[in-house]
Amino acid sequence: MARVELRGVTKAFGLVRAVQKADITFEEGSFTTLLGPSGCGKTTILRMISGLESPTSGDILIGDQRVNEIPIHKRNLGLVFQNYALFPHKTIAENIAFGLKYRSVEKSEMQERVKNALEVVRLPGVEDRYPAQLSGGQQQRIALARAIVIEPSVLLLDEPLSALDANLREEMRVELTAIQHRIGVTTIFVTHDQSEALAMSDRIIVMSAGNVEQVGTPREVYNAPRSEFVANFLGAANILQGEVVDSGPDGVAVDNEVFGTFPVSNGDLDGLRPGDPVRVVMRAEKVKLSRAPHGDGMAAAGQGSVEAVDYQGQVVRYFIRSGECQLQVIDMIEDRPFAVDEQVFVGVRGVDCSIVRS
Amino acid sequence: MSFILVYSFYENVDLAVDVAAFQFSNWRELFTDDYYHYAIWKTLRMSIIVTALAAVLGYIPAYFIAMTRFRHKWLLLLLLILPFWVSFIIRTLSWIHILGNQGAINGVLQWLGIVEEPVAMMFTELTVIIGFLHVFLPYMILNIYVSLEGIDRNLEPAARTLGCTPWQAFREVTLPLSIPGLGAGCLLVFVLTAGSYVTPLILGGPDDFLFGNLIYDAIISELNWPMGATLSFALLLLLGLVVVAYSRMMGLNQLYKAFS
Ligand SMILES: Nc1ncnc2c1ncn2[C@@H]1O[C@H](COP(=O)(O)OP(=O)(O)OP(=O)(O)O)[C@@H](O)[C@H]1O
Ligand SMILES: [Mg+2]
Repeated sequence: MARVELRGVTKAFGLVRAVQKADITFEEGSFTTLLGPSGCGKTTILRMISGLESPTSGDILIGDQRVNEIPIHKRNLGLVFQNYALFPHKTIAENIAFGLKYRSVEKSEMQERVKNALEVVRLPGVEDRYPAQLSGGQQQRIALARAIVIEPSVLLLDEPLSALDANLREEMRVELTAIQHRIGVTTIFVTHDQSEALAMSDRIIVMSAGNVEQVGTPREVYNAPRSEFVANFLGAANILQGEVVDSGPDGVAVDNEVFGTFPVSNGDLDGLRPGDPVRVVMRAEKVKLSRAPHGDGMAAAGQGSVEAVDYQGQVVRYFIRSGECQLQVIDMIEDRPFAVDEQVFVGVRGVDCSIVRS
Repeated sequence: MSFILVYSFYENVDLAVDVAAFQFSNWRELFTDDYYHYAIWKTLRMSIIVTALAAVLGYIPAYFIAMTRFRHKWLLLLLLILPFWVSFIIRTLSWIHILGNQGAINGVLQWLGIVEEPVAMMFTELTVIIGFLHVFLPYMILNIYVSLEGIDRNLEPAARTLGCTPWQAFREVTLPLSIPGLGAGCLLVFVLTAGSYVTPLILGGPDDFLFGNLIYDAIISELNWPMGATLSFALLLLLGLVVVAYSRMMGLNQLYKAFS
C-alpha cells in the first residue's frame, strides 16, 4: 500500500502531448478514478505509473520513492488491462501464479495463494482451465486475481469493465469496489464512463486533452463542476450566459435572460466583479418544472413553453423554450406529464447552480 | 505420383531406352550404394543446418517488423517480398559477383591491401548455405511474422508488470506463442532445401550435391528415367515423413494461415 504522486508530469509522443504538466496525488488506500473522453491521456498516465512508458518530464513517486528510473518489473504494481491480457497458453492457475513465480514464492504457498485469490474473485475451482474456456466476466476476474495475488502496492485498472455487457458490468462494479475495500489497496481506475466513475470512486479526476480539468469527490465534481467541459461530460447540463451584477463574500448575483437576477454561491467564484460575463451550470435533472409558479424554495425562477418531449421510460426529457434560450430538463414521471406547447414555470434551487470559467 | 512409382520399377537398358518391367534393381541400388546413403545424409545435414540458421536469422527481423511502431509497416513487408520478383536463379547467381574471385568482397579486400591474392570463397558448402539462406529466409520471416502479429501486444507488458525482465517476458510469452509460425517456417525451409538442386549446382563445387542433384543427373545427364523416378520417389517419401511428423506435433493449421 502506498500513495502515488505525479509532479509536473508531461508526456509527449512526437508532437502529440498526451499528458500536460499533471500534478496528481493518489492517497494511500483510496479508490481514484481517471475519467475523460477517449484519447485524453488516461492510459498514458497508467502506463507511466507502471513504468511501461517514461515521462518526458516531471517525477513520479510511489510511496516516498521517486520511481522514474525503476524498471517495470521492480515496481510491484498490479495492472489490469482493458482486454485482460491473460496468457492464452497457460492455465488459470499458471496465470495467477505467474507473478509469484518471479517473487520466489514456495510451491505450497503459491498454491495456497492462488486458491485464496480465486476465492476473493469468487471463482474457485477453475485452476486447470485455459483463459479461452472462460467467459468475459470470468476472464476479467482472473485478470484481477492475477494482479492482486502479488499483493501490489498499487492496483492499476485500465477500463477493466468496458468489454463486459451492461448487466455484468454493474455486477462487477459492485464486486470490484467490495474487493478493493476488503484488501484496501491504493487503486487507480480508468474509465470514460461517468456513471462508473460516480458509483465507484472516492475521488474523481476529470481529464480532457491531456489536462486535469477537476479533482474532487463524485458529489463535488457532479454538483459543482468548475468548467464547462466537466459539466457537459458528467450528465446533461444547461449552461446559461449571464452577467455578474453584484458580488459579495458568499457568492455573486447573476442576471440572465430566463431567470432574471439570482444568487449563485457555487463554483469558480474567484475574483468575479460586477459586469463580468459568466456561465452558470444547471443540471438537467435539477431544473424543476411546474404548472403553477414556484414557491420561495427556488433561487431562480422563470417561464417557458415545452418545445419537445422525449420519453425515456422512468424519466422524461423536456426541451423548454424561453426566448432565445433552450433548457434541457430531466424529470421523473409523476401523474400527468407536460405536453408540447404547454406553458410551464421553471425553477432551480441555489445549491444547484454553479459558475464555470468561460 | 503412382506413375513415378511404376516407373521406378522399369529397367533402363541404354541411354533413354527403358523397358517396362517389374524389378527392384533401382531400389536395390538406392539401398545398397553408399553413394546414395551419403547423399541422403548430406541432404539431411544441409537441410538441418540451413533450417536452424534460418530460424535464428529469420526470427530477429520478423520480431522487429512485428513489434515496430513504424507507421509504414507494409513497406517493410514489401521489401521482404520484393526479391520474389527477381528470378530465383538470378538471385543465386548474384552471389558469384559478391563472393567470387573477381567479386565485390575480394575486390574490396584487395583494394584495401588486406590480401594479395583473391580469397577463394566460392564453390564451398558455405556458399551453398549462404545461397539457400538468401532465397529461403523470406519464407521463414513471413511465417514467424504472421504468428507474432497474432499475439496480443499487452501480454509482454503484463508479464513485465508481474516481475519479468524483458528477456524473461519474451521467453515466457512471445516465444512459446510464436512456435507455430516458427515451426511452419522451419518445415517450409527444410522441405525446400532438401528438394532443391539449382543452388548447389550454381554455388557448390563439383563435390557439392544434394539429393536433388542426383535426380537431376539421373534424368538429364544419364537419361536414366527409371533411376530418376526411384530417387524422386524416395525423396518424396522422406519429405512426406517429415511433414507427417510435423503435423503430428503441431497440426497444419499454421501452414494454411501463412499461405492465405
Ligand atoms: N505510443 C504512442 N505513440 C503515439 N501517440 C500515442 C501513443 N500512445 C498514446 N498516444 C496518443 O496520446 C493520446 C492519449 O492516449 P491514451 O491512450 O492515453 O488515451 P486514453 O485516454 O487512454 O483513451 P481511450 O479512452 O481511448 O483508451 C492520444 O492522442 C494518443 O493518440
Ligand atoms: Mg485507454
